[in-house]
Amino acid sequence: MITVSGISKSFKVARRSSGFGSAFKSLFRREYTEVAALSDVTFSIGPGEIVGYIGPNGAGKSTTIKVMSGILVPDGGTCSIMGYTPWLDRVQYVRNIGVVFGQRSQLWWDVPVIDSFELLRDIYDVTEKEYRSNLELLTDTLDLGDLLRTPVRQLSLGQRMRCEIAASLLHGPGILFLDEPTIGLDAVSKIAVRKFISAINKEKGVTVILTTHDMSDIEALAQRILLIGKGKLLYDGDLAAMRAKYGAAEGGETGGGSAIEEALVNMYKEYEIS
Amino acid sequence: MRLFGKYLLILFKSQMQYRTSFWLLTFGQFFIPFSVFAGLYMLFDRFGQIQGWEFFEVALVFGVIHMAFAVSECLARGFDMFSTLIVNGDFDRLLVRPRSTVLQVLGSKFEFTRFGRLLQSLIVLIWALSKVEADWTLMKGVTLLFMIASGVMIFTGIFIVIATMCFWTVQGLEIGNILTDGGREMAQYPLNIYHKWITRFFTYVIPFGCVNYLPLQYILGRTEGSGVPYMLAPLAGCLFIVPCLLLWNFGVRRYRSTGS
Amino acid sequence: MRACYSVFRLKLATGFQYRSAALAGIATQFFWGFIIIMVYQAFYSQPLADPPISLTQIVTYIWLQQAFLAFIALWFRDNELFQLITTGNIAYELCRPSGLYGLWYAKLLAQRLSSAVLRCFPILAVALLLPSPYRLTLPPDPATALLFLLVLILGLFILVAVSMLIYISTFITMSAAGSLLMFGVAGEFLAGMIVPVPLMPSWLQTIVYALPFRLAADFPFRVYSGHIPTDEALATIPIQLLWLAALVWIGRFAMGKALRRVVIQGG
Repeated sequence: MITVSGISKSFKVARRSSGFGSAFKSLFRREYTEVAALSDVTFSIGPGEIVGYIGPNGAGKSTTIKVMSGILVPDGGTCSIMGYTPWLDRVQYVRNIGVVFGQRSQLWWDVPVIDSFELLRDIYDVTEKEYRSNLELLTDTLDLGDLLRTPVRQLSLGQRMRCEIAASLLHGPGILFLDEPTIGLDAVSKIAVRKFISAINKEKGVTVILTTHDMSDIEALAQRILLIGKGKLLYDGDLAAMRAKYGAAEGGETGGGSAIEEALVNMYKEYEIS
Repeated sequence: MRLFGKYLLILFKSQMQYRTSFWLLTFGQFFIPFSVFAGLYMLFDRFGQIQGWEFFEVALVFGVIHMAFAVSECLARGFDMFSTLIVNGDFDRLLVRPRSTVLQVLGSKFEFTRFGRLLQSLIVLIWALSKVEADWTLMKGVTLLFMIASGVMIFTGIFIVIATMCFWTVQGLEIGNILTDGGREMAQYPLNIYHKWITRFFTYVIPFGCVNYLPLQYILGRTEGSGVPYMLAPLAGCLFIVPCLLLWNFGVRRYRSTGS
Repeated sequence: MRACYSVFRLKLATGFQYRSAALAGIATQFFWGFIIIMVYQAFYSQPLADPPISLTQIVTYIWLQQAFLAFIALWFRDNELFQLITTGNIAYELCRPSGLYGLWYAKLLAQRLSSAVLRCFPILAVALLLPSPYRLTLPPDPATALLFLLVLILGLFILVAVSMLIYISTFITMSAAGSLLMFGVAGEFLAGMIVPVPLMPSWLQTIVYALPFRLAADFPFRVYSGHIPTDEALATIPIQLLWLAALVWIGRFAMGKALRRVVIQGG
């Protein structure tokens, strides 16, 4: 379904120095530092999996998602998703995926949600029949009913996130990328979002790749996790194994966090990436 | 095309949410070029003519250029405001959709308040047409339409080029105003009143000369020999958008390889 | 006064940080100036019986316009103030221990000063060195130069008082862009920004002379070039002061009314 092998990507970051002289010089010539965002990342994901993609801030999670969704072209490596190379056949490829950026909105701010949905239907060329049935399913499972007629600016964050997720699934994609879908949500909305993700995964067999900082998301959803730190893939395996290996010893000191977070902190320590 | 219509509808609905502001802005957009035109009128009132051009001849050029500018400002507003798309990171969103980036950026904004400007230029144009001394033929009418279309293409092309600069830097984009607002301000007079170097730049690099000077000579019956080259000059102006689009695609490719 | 100074310093520092924006702005204004001058050159190329103002004076007029744009453009905006008003956050400002009118006035003044300081010197310096038809000529004598500075500063005070009225009008219209646009277009025209006042038809000149807008732009620029003789300039200064007093009084009065309404409505 998804095979990523040897993906590397580095960014040039302009070095800024203080002082007027060097500021003046930088008008003409900038000095750059190469920062490796991803180095040699390899993994594969089978159909119907839910994979949690975790790592500290700046580890390269978003870059990976951007490469896999065809936004960025990597420096090296290959990637094949449903037979496509994302960055080569962008237009054809993106018909098959849905992407949710948790901190951004794809809905038009001032109009009712349903108007955004109808525009997306046309952007993705979804047939009327498919659109109807998808919309019905999404409305039921996400409990959108009344929200559809409300302008987006009047929705709460939790309501909006439900609509965002629905918007990414209107065209019935086989793969769903979720970049921090639960960020800033209250407990009720979080649980609703999680329930929905696992429902769509079971019922429609959608493959889900999820990045998050909230370990309870991972615990509730993912059977498998990928850990990335400083651009390298550090751990790829199932959640239970990770907990067994890095979990706090029974009765040992606990910092007050949940067991899974303890395990994660231990893991970060071992790989020296925190 | 149908999709573009949908974009328009949704944007219109959005703008209608702020009705008072919408009408005030439309009204204001009517008056900005109106005050410029009033200034033009006063100068002709004082001086009579400018290097052999009569008031209504210049008014004709003014109408054509401002109409072209208004249309492309409505249409290409998404490119005009492109730096916000880049800064917010919303451009990534466009890249995960199965449509061309140009269409999506065009559809991301449409400034309906510019209809005020459009209306103003239409009034000037009609007034100038009714007063200017020319023997109208079908060909000349077609030429006039070509002039407007060509102007729209040129202004849109400039908006695209400036937007493309955002892929490299979002600072100092004000300089683009020289080409958009400056180009408009300059092209509202027939091009030959300026210095040679300005005239050359705005004929061969940015082909405003193909919009407001060559075809105007033809419409006013000041050409010798065949009018066809003069008539087709605006179409040459339209070609300006081709390199602009190529540059845009190059910029998008760079964005996707650097992600900056 | 202290508030004014600190805002001035802050804005100047930020202005220096956005060098490329300032450079781009200067380049744009230069281009603009050239285009306008060339148009006047074309108009003046024909023999004209008794022009009301000479081409050299027009060129000076235009360069001064470009250099001091920050002193005369009404469309300069401070989004922060507009947002305060339209979102109702104005309530916070009311808790401050100083008069709101004075505070805002100082802030707007500081903004215009800092932005003019950044832009006027490069433009003036280059415009003074340009070849002949485009060159900005120096004022005829040092006394005129001093007089110019005096009336320019007085003009700035008047302009800020006018722009205060725009902000206050936002209390009523609740649409920043709308107020700004209407005031901006009309004010600019009446200040001689689009057509220099001496070239306007006489009926319009009568109207322009009756309003304060020209005192911030047209008047100082023509004092500079000597088009307005010294005695006439000296006679106009009391008028400037009178307008300033009147505008500030109107502004304070209207603001008091508007604020009372806000307080009664509870924000």
